[in-house]
Amino acid sequence: MNRRKFIKNAILFFPAAGVFRHLLKDAQAKPGNGKYDPANHLYGMGVDIGKCIGCGLCIEACKKENNVPKEPFFCRTWVERYVIKRDGSVTVASIEAQKEKPRAEETDVLRSFFVPKLCNQCDNPPCVQVCPVGATFATEDGVVLVDSKRCIGCRYCIQACPYGARYLHPETRTADKCTFCYHRIVKGMLPACVEVCPTQARIFGDLKSMASRLVRFTRINKIHVLKPHLNTEPKVYYAELDGEVR
Amino acid sequence: MKDMLKRIPEQIKRLAVVIAVIITGVVTVRYFILPSSLTDGRFHRQSTVERETAKNIVFAGATICGNCHGDKAEKKKAGYHKTVNCETCHGPAQSHIENPANKPAMSGGRDFCVFCHAYDQSRPTGFPQINPVLHNPLKACITCHNPHDPVPSQTPRECSACHAQIASIKTVSPHALIGCTSCHNVPEKHKVSPRSVRPTKPDTREFCGKCHRKESDRKDAPKIDLATHGERFLCWECHYPHRPERM
Ligand code: HEC
Ligand code: HEC
Ligand code: HEC
Ligand code: HEC
Ligand code: HEC
Ligand code: HEC
Ligand code: HEC
Ligand code: HEC
Repeated sequence: MNRRKFIKNAILFFPAAGVFRHLLKDAQAKPGNGKYDPANHLYGMGVDIGKCIGCGLCIEACKKENNVPKEPFFCRTWVERYVIKRDGSVTVASIEAQKEKPRAEETDVLRSFFVPKLCNQCDNPPCVQVCPVGATFATEDGVVLVDSKRCIGCRYCIQACPYGARYLHPETRTADKCTFCYHRIVKGMLPACVEVCPTQARIFGDLKSMASRLVRFTRINKIHVLKPHLNTEPKVYYAELDGEVR
Repeated sequence: MKDMLKRIPEQIKRLAVVIAVIITGVVTVRYFILPSSLTDGRFHRQSTVERETAKNIVFAGATICGNCHGDKAEKKKAGYHKTVNCETCHGPAQSHIENPANKPAMSGGRDFCVFCHAYDQSRPTGFPQINPVLHNPLKACITCHNPHDPVPSQTPRECSACHAQIASIKTVSPHALIGCTSCHNVPEKHKVSPRSVRPTKPDTREFCGKCHRKESDRKDAPKIDLATHGERFLCWECHYPHRPERM
């Protein structure tokens, strides 16, 4: 084979191999046996403030299920304790995931309660809009995911999230957040936090199913979402939400 | 035209050829040789979804424990701890399911119960709370309360005294005038030992059909076609029976 022939063949071979590979990939990407179809689902969560006892087991379960680092204080879900005094002052503190001693009793309390928080899986997510590399996106069944292979750890999304639901994972150095335990829900299981909640303060369900507990929950309670004025259209629905909760 | 081409210096022409080759090269690499998962958003999303889906399950779920620990599950189902799942107390147990020799956590100490039951002013009123310093301080909780069926304490009479939430919801609903006992048969003993003596609950679609089927002679109730309406679901999977709505 002379040089001319070699170059000629090479010019033909590489693009042809590329085209072939492309076709092969497309063929493989065809939807498989079609058991779970995300188009038939849209997930959301209900939170009943009137039932939360602030035990923090949801935080612990989430960390165990999702390998969230124990230290420092990073969480995909957390619980805030509100104390509203008679003089109108409001204090908010995130409760510890660890089992703790009974809290000191405060005086002049008008009302006090716990508010579980997590990613709101917005229908209109600000975090997705700001990502410069398209690493975060909403799935068809309504869960916002992060592609940890693509994420460059620039923290824009962490800044953009109005609910503070994202953090930078100290080991992978990529953004991390609640996925509604995506690996569980696609198998028909409940998210770990819902699984362990002792008082059913968290209700998980499929908004596309008329018979889901969540749909019933949103109908029999007066529902609020967090920061509705931002137009993020959250899919975490709160019952008995106090006006002071931000 | 030919003149123009001729007037271009030889070195520029060669340069142009080189640039053209580079451009075709880049285009080939970008569109044909690189795997499409690198360039197409659809594929990288798909692979992210697959990666998420493949993650390990740690909590086995509430329903499976009863397969092997039926006695515990039965007991718990009727007691005050019925909403507290096994894994809430025993910790994640998927590895136990796969191999029962991996024993789940067992914390019989006082600290564990106190974690949920100690008095805290932020807790909802009505949730049973104790003062751990005063409540039988020297013994483990499980010496007096079975963790799978903690003992109830004494309670009062009227339906609304114990089912206040249901009663107050019902008074403002279309079913306001339908008494509790037209849907539930309540043995008198239920008011004394409510958990061991249970009222009946409607369990068929036909029950609601008594008033709501097309053929029913109850005039004030809106009618539906029992055969097709709501398909195979029970009525109360969609309508809350104590406050039914049209939706
Ligand atoms: C495949 C059957 C099976 C399933 C399902 C199962 N277990 Fe077990 N479990 C066992 C066996 C077998 C033992 C060992 C009994 C023994 O050694 O006395 C055991 C023991 C236990 C113990 C006692 C451990 C100890 O230290 O003595 C606990 C607690 C327990 N299981 C909790 C659970 C929970 C919670 C679940 C549900 C997530 C569950 N099990 C599901 C079979 C099962
Ligand atoms: C309120 C917390 C709590 C819940 C909920 C709970 N357990 Fe337990 N369980 C305990 C404690 C505490 C012990 C230890 C009792 C002891 O040391 O005698 C225990 C002991 C056990 C044991 C071993 C001891 C025995 O008596 O054989 C098994 C098995 C067990 N639990 C299974 C279950 C299963 C299955 C469920 C769910 C149906 C469940 N538990 C729910 C707290 C709980
Ligand atoms: C994860 C939280 C949690 C833990 C841990 C827990 N419980 Fe409970 N307990 C509950 C809930 C929820 C109820 C039901 C409250 C209701 O009916 O509104 C309850 C109810 C009770 C009651 C009935 C109170 C009444 O209304 O008379 C007793 C007694 C009790 N628990 C004892 C215990 C003991 C003993 C332990 C430790 C083995 C324990 N609990 C651990 C959540 C918990
Ligand atoms: C010496 C036996 C004994 C021990 C130990 C004990 N209790 Fe009790 N507990 C009782 C009795 C009896 C009652 C019911 C009397 C009453 O209603 O006050 C009760 C009631 C309760 C109630 C219901 C209170 C209410 O307001 O409805 C809770 C919750 C409870 N206990 C939790 C615990 C916890 C948690 C522990 C461990 C820290 C514990 N108990 C240890 C005997 C005991
Ligand atoms: C002494 C308090 C008390 C009174 C009075 C009472 N109940 Fe109950 N009832 C209970 C308790 C406790 C339960 C168990 C709730 C649970 O399992 O969550 C219950 C359960 C029920 C259930 C559900 C049974 C099941 O299997 O889930 C029905 C229906 C019911 N009650 C109807 C009534 C009606 C109707 C009346 C009035 C005629 C009434 N009850 C009066 C305490 C009471
Ligand atoms: C129109 C018929 C109807 C009337 C009237 C009615 N119930 Fe029910 N009730 C039901 C049905 C149906 C269920 C079963 C719901 C389920 O399984 O989810 C139920 C369930 C319950 C339960 C079990 C807990 C729950 O919420 O699922 C309680 C407790 C109860 N009813 C109490 C009452 C009381 C108290 C009244 C009167 C104030 C009342 N009911 C009136 C139809 C009725
Ligand atoms: C004793 C007869 C009776 C029974 C049994 C009964 N209902 Fe009704 N229901 C009524 C009447 C009467 C109305 C209309 C009240 C009105 O709006 O004036 C009604 C209204 C309704 C409505 C319409 C509410 C609206 O907004 O118009 C629904 C939905 C409903 N019932 C569901 C049920 C379900 C589900 C059951 C079974 C658990 C049931 N009903 C059992 C008598 C009954
Ligand atoms: C899959 C969910 C679902 C189930 C199951 C279901 N319904 Fe409905 N029901 C609805 C919806 C949605 C509406 C409102 C739309 C309509 O009028 O068809 C409704 C409306 C009604 C109405 C009001 C009709 C009117 O003309 O105002 C009644 C009465 C009713 N349902 C009774 C029942 C009864 C009785 C059952 C059990 C045999 C039942 N439903 C089961 C979803 C359901």
